[in-house]
Amino acid sequence: MPEQALSDVKILDLTWYVSGPYCTKLFADYGADVIKIERPNGGDPARKMGPFLKDDPHPDKSGLFLHLNTNKRGITLNLKTSTGQGMLKELVKDVDILVESFGPRVMESLGLDYETLAEINPKLVMTSISNFGQTGPYRDFKTSEIVTFAMGGAMNSVGLPEREPLKKGTGTPVLFSAGTMAASATMIALYGAQIQDIGQHVDISLFESQMGSIDRRMSQLIAFQYNNEITPRSDPKIRRGFPFGIYPCQDGYWEIAAVGSQWPAVGKMMNMPELITDPRFNSPLAQMMSNSVGEFDAIFIPWCFEHPKKECVTLGQQSGALCGPLNTVEDLLNDPHYQDRGYWVNITHPVAGELAYPGAPFKCEDMPWMVKRSAPMLGQHNEEIYCEKLGYSQEDLVKLRESEVI
Amino acid sequence: MPKLPLEGIRVAELCPIWAGPYACMLLADWGAEVIRVENRYHFPVYTRGMMVNTPELLAKESAGYVAYNKPAYKPEISHNLFTLFNAHARNKLSMTVNLRESKGVEIFKELIKVCDVFVESNSPRVKEELGITWDSLKEVNNKLVMISMPGFGSTGPYKYYRALGAHQEGFGGHTYLRGYTGDDLSSTTTIYHTDEAAGLTAVFAILSALRQRRKTEQGTFIDMAQGETSMPHLAQAIMDYTMNGRIAEKMGNRDYHGAIQGCYQCRDVKGKWLPPMAGFGILEQQEVVDTWVVITISNDNEWEGFCKALGNPEWTKDAKFSNSLSRFRHHDEIDEHIGKWTRERDAYEVMHLLQDQGVPAGPVMDEKDAYHDPHLRARGFFEELTHAEAGTHLYPGLAFRMSGTSNSLRTPPVRLGEHNEYVYKQLLGFSDEEYAILESEGHIGSQFDSKAVGGSITFDGSD
Repeated sequence: MPEQALSDVKILDLTWYVSGPYCTKLFADYGADVIKIERPNGGDPARKMGPFLKDDPHPDKSGLFLHLNTNKRGITLNLKTSTGQGMLKELVKDVDILVESFGPRVMESLGLDYETLAEINPKLVMTSISNFGQTGPYRDFKTSEIVTFAMGGAMNSVGLPEREPLKKGTGTPVLFSAGTMAASATMIALYGAQIQDIGQHVDISLFESQMGSIDRRMSQLIAFQYNNEITPRSDPKIRRGFPFGIYPCQDGYWEIAAVGSQWPAVGKMMNMPELITDPRFNSPLAQMMSNSVGEFDAIFIPWCFEHPKKECVTLGQQSGALCGPLNTVEDLLNDPHYQDRGYWVNITHPVAGELAYPGAPFKCEDMPWMVKRSAPMLGQHNEEIYCEKLGYSQEDLVKLRESEVI
Repeated sequence: MPKLPLEGIRVAELCPIWAGPYACMLLADWGAEVIRVENRYHFPVYTRGMMVNTPELLAKESAGYVAYNKPAYKPEISHNLFTLFNAHARNKLSMTVNLRESKGVEIFKELIKVCDVFVESNSPRVKEELGITWDSLKEVNNKLVMISMPGFGSTGPYKYYRALGAHQEGFGGHTYLRGYTGDDLSSTTTIYHTDEAAGLTAVFAILSALRQRRKTEQGTFIDMAQGETSMPHLAQAIMDYTMNGRIAEKMGNRDYHGAIQGCYQCRDVKGKWLPPMAGFGILEQQEVVDTWVVITISNDNEWEGFCKALGNPEWTKDAKFSNSLSRFRHHDEIDEHIGKWTRERDAYEVMHLLQDQGVPAGPVMDEKDAYHDPHLRARGFFEELTHAEAGTHLYPGLAFRMSGTSNSLRTPPVRLGEHNEYVYKQLLGFSDEEYAILESEGHIGSQFDSKAVGGSITFDGSD
């Protein structure tokens, strides 16, 4: 097995919740040495967020935390104490990257702003992930998954015209996206900084990560510039041509787009060759006639109900129709494609036990994705880091604990 | 001026739609020389428009992310006026070559010789049929970093499946988790989260490989399945299943972690924005527009801030709203109260009233809101670019900043074949005579051939 690509990258991770930890998880899973710093009392708030194993709220049983923090070593440090600040400055000397996700004024108030840290380590790449960026009138505003998407993203055009706009899926996919962007931005900065022999401070704004998103937002913003038109919410059931969109089937839903020249695929898929030449349906013009949709649905929807979604998709793909199932999480975990690719990986954690987790987001023989350790328990690596790295003794650790520094 | 971090990196982009092109956009934004490789005889439907020389009648009906620039519209330049494309095409170069001919493939391999990175996001069939797989390209350039990022990856039973971005969301489990609570899933509208996730992850993958290459002096191949980049973004739902066997459902606008949260209607705004003047619209009192605000109240502090912002009305003092669990149980009732309060207010007013008290809240920003937003203006997010055919407009700018490197958008969305002279003559060393021959053979040009075969409307684009 080759060495992991990022095994020479050392990271101090001061982030919490979702975006920051996902950023550093990407690094850790490809080999970077990530030291996660948590506050001594309670640690990363994600430890208190569900889902929990067997619905038992416990700091080492949060599925969110366990997923976000694989391959990291964990230490505790109270950055509000001057001793803690001094210890952080010691740790900064020996790292390539520091990632933090505090509010924009916090690092400065702790005396740990980029300028100060760059004096200690001029080659440091520091990434600051914040709600609205390090500058600007909203810099102190709070955000959440839905606020980030509503202000930054294309939420205004998601949902039905007569109803309220809708967020993305259950959970926090938008915050995960921002974390992915932060990882890429940090890699770009690191790559350039190492060639140019400089340091760098990266400013990630959750708001702008969505304002600059390729998921419709940028195109719609440009459409407004070009045409002075706002993209409204539209009803997916108003179709130009069919079959198009989401249809119910025997065990759930599936989605298909086989309009226009793909019409023969539909007859083949349904094993109804007579449809291919049926003048009610077989041209774009025929499909635009007002009664044709109803007549087609009267044939198509009963056919869908006779087949489970997987079978609909297999038949569709074999016939050349563009389609897919609406998978549940259960479908995902049992899907033969992802199983064949070895996507799901079992990880054993001392408290949470053995569980399946999402695996490598990309595969490369020369850059293996690996699980070396499960998510850390609070302060699990205090001794390893403070004694071995900073040269503290066991007695020192006891004193630091007593004074609530670690 | 300090160098951009990726200066000196040259990238060949052979990508339809969004995921691959978004990755390449971010590389170009930060200094890489990205060359889009396009084919005048293959029309990539959706990527560069609806069809070759789309008739004006159809173009006038286009809207949103698949809109054309209508004021500047001419059918013969329609491929340069398409919003889906122009969103990612700034800072890039474009060359044309007919990859369906062996001479074209040879030219492509000459390009690969002088590139550091090759990004492609087509169905695996495309690279196999064209003979531009990793096995053949590494013979040409053993320092090449190649990433293939089709929907389902380079191995597995669905390797050759064809799907739109919408279907990809269904495969990956995201569509099932979206929509109004209690509504039939067939009314769920489409998003393209996977394009975003895959594009962003690809940048991380490519840079990791380039960094590795500095140590090994060897190129490498990266196999990415777009769906595998977005599934980790659904961690709560996935982990609840692996831990508890529970199948997560859609929750409308509610918060998974138990906050009080929703999207509430604000005061109607009268007005319609007329053509932009220097990028900003002028208001005409004409049309009623509905406006919305979103609010999240996660804990007691935010609840107290919320109550204070509302002036501590009587209803907030009810014992059933005194703790977070009880509030969550009475979420519908709280929604009604919030809705009544927001309905009389402007969305920005609600944002300021609540943010002043430390409560996350903000307007659902439409496009005009975004261009007028004081925060984005203060940070200079939008940047003006002049496109030879589309005119002068503001475009969304850099998605992130670096203190040590001043940066801004450099060139407007690239036109088809705009850099043929540079690529063929300067980069690949073709003479004027050879260039003229390639032009007469159809490799080189700035328009699609009128008989160009329309690629299917797949996100793999090239079947």
